[in-house]
Amino acid sequence: MSAQLAQYLLGGLTVGAIYALVALGFSIIYNASQVINFAQGEFVMIGGMATVSLANAGLPLLLAVPVAVLAAAGVGLALEKFAVEPARGASVVTLIIITIGASILLRGLATLVWDKNLHALKPFSGEQPIEFAGATILPQSLWVLGVTLAIVLLLGWFFGRTLTGKAMLATSHNPLAAQLCGVNTRFVLLLSFGLSAALGAIAGILIAPITLTSWDVGVMLGLKGFAAAILGGLGSGAGAVVGGLVLGIVESLGAGYVSSAYKDAIAFVIILAVLFFMPSGLFGRKSAERV
Amino acid sequence: MRTKLLAGLAAALFAAGVATAQEPIKIGAFLSVTGGAAFLGDPEQKTLELYVEKLNAAGGVLGRKLQLVSYDSAGDAEKARTFAKRLIEQDKVDVIVGGSTTGETMAVVPLVEAAGMPFISLAGAVVITEPVKKWVFKTPHTDRMACERIFLDMRDRKIQRIGLISGAGGFDKSMRGECLKVAPTYRIQIVADEAYGGGDTDMTAQLTKIKNAAGVQAVLNAGFGAGPAIVTKNFKQLGMNMPLYQSHGVASKEFIKLAGDAAEGVRLPAAAVLVAEALPAGDKQKPVAVAYKKAYEARYKQDISTFGGHAHDGLMLAVEAMKKAGSTDKAKVRDALEATKGYIGTGGVVNMTPADHMGLDLTHFRMLEVKKGNWVPVQ
Repeated sequence: MSAQLAQYLLGGLTVGAIYALVALGFSIIYNASQVINFAQGEFVMIGGMATVSLANAGLPLLLAVPVAVLAAAGVGLALEKFAVEPARGASVVTLIIITIGASILLRGLATLVWDKNLHALKPFSGEQPIEFAGATILPQSLWVLGVTLAIVLLLGWFFGRTLTGKAMLATSHNPLAAQLCGVNTRFVLLLSFGLSAALGAIAGILIAPITLTSWDVGVMLGLKGFAAAILGGLGSGAGAVVGGLVLGIVESLGAGYVSSAYKDAIAFVIILAVLFFMPSGLFGRKSAERV
Repeated sequence: MRTKLLAGLAAALFAAGVATAQEPIKIGAFLSVTGGAAFLGDPEQKTLELYVEKLNAAGGVLGRKLQLVSYDSAGDAEKARTFAKRLIEQDKVDVIVGGSTTGETMAVVPLVEAAGMPFISLAGAVVITEPVKKWVFKTPHTDRMACERIFLDMRDRKIQRIGLISGAGGFDKSMRGECLKVAPTYRIQIVADEAYGGGDTDMTAQLTKIKNAAGVQAVLNAGFGAGPAIVTKNFKQLGMNMPLYQSHGVASKEFIKLAGDAAEGVRLPAAAVLVAEALPAGDKQKPVAVAYKKAYEARYKQDISTFGGHAHDGLMLAVEAMKKAGSTDKAKVRDALEATKGYIGTGGVVNMTPADHMGLDLTHFRMLEVKKGNWVPVQ
């Protein structure tokens, strides 16, 4: 019985780590601009698809990965420069709609640049499952967990110890005050899109061997990542990670012990409950709206 | 000299007149070329283009050229309806071959029935031709037949208790329902019945549950797309030591590529075209299957799937019916389609009757197994 539980937890942890990476991307852009970037899932897709096509073209993985991440970051920067920045001053809702449009455009472009098929990436270090407490986990899942941890630590250092990171944090707290103190908020916005695109791409590459990748893989992952970000509290880094892991484990346990047919429903009901009783999520800042 | 010139001119004019009188035969199609079911619509579209070209190069049908009028319904039933309407009313096509998914097909059925338009669907579910609809035909094997074929194979392997895992799509649900319905006939007991969602990335939880169900001897996965590949990988990860069956929804090389080593030993029922070259020399279907495989792969540099084969069969059935009817008169073509006997296609030998608008039986539904990264017929 406990082996069964261990298996559910390991499966949930793997999926949760993926949600966490996507949720982090949501939070970074939200902090810089109050915008929920619905093209976040598409960055995940671009990372995975670009790596697969580069690897198929004969590039070694060690080279294909950074190129794909840079390409996705480039797309993120372009999205900010050509779609979000021209609409500066528009309401947040308008900006969100722009990102939805961008996500549809990116999916369409992906079907043209690549194709409409599913693709698999070779696992980084073999496919031999590792036994753990009677349950099994794939080496690739360890990669996902490990890299997620490394990224969280790296982001912690970036936001806490570097000037650029602190400027981004300042902008998230109060854009006007940050600007008055000499922070280039336009640059911060640009950087946030590049950074979260790169994060999304890394997630997309890590999971491509487990989940396969295709032009529309970003839709559901984007949605789940968004749910994780809401659960943890939009804008909170720790919240994004905890939200992702909780969502993944709840889904897995729900599928195992309750009903796999209602797995998604269980996850979303929990999110609704959180929104009802703690509207700012598990770790979100308490905010009061002025009327 | 002058009279000769005039005569020549007259002849040229006459020829031009004949050419315009000979309007092309219009083949209408609506396919999910993009969207979630693109893996169906894409090869279907390519197959139709390829074979319309081929038929025209060979002189057309009834002395007339064929013209393909095709729309991308993107897996959307609403769009399928709009396009079918356009095909019937504006393009005035002679026959419709299309409908990649069951949803799109069923949305169009009332239209073609009202308009009296011969319609050959490329979708799988039983509901399309059961109950029989006057103007509606289909080429792929049904999901019920897939269940029956799998259960037959299980009976041969003395398997009686199985776990079922299926996706959330229309095909998945329909096949799950059919399998549950016919299982008692084959004395198969379904001891676990699990599901997964459309964008799910991990099915270890569901499989763990199946693994722990009492006395389970095999697992059957109804679904297509990414789901079955992930199920197959998770199945191996969990070290589940029992046969795994997939549906004809993943009957392509693509599936083996996606699932990798984990696909070894997986069985599924599929049309012969997938193993064209491995068919025994005397097999009736071998010439058709090999010809289609060669033509498609030479043109598109892609592995074939059974889905493109459905489009091939649909177009050829329509063409045969027109030849037999001697015209493109819709009622006559419909009657000829219904009277199709012994047509050998990529899917099997088609024998239509007024009570059966698909005309396939289990004999040509092959059981295949993955061996060393390739589909091999099970002996």
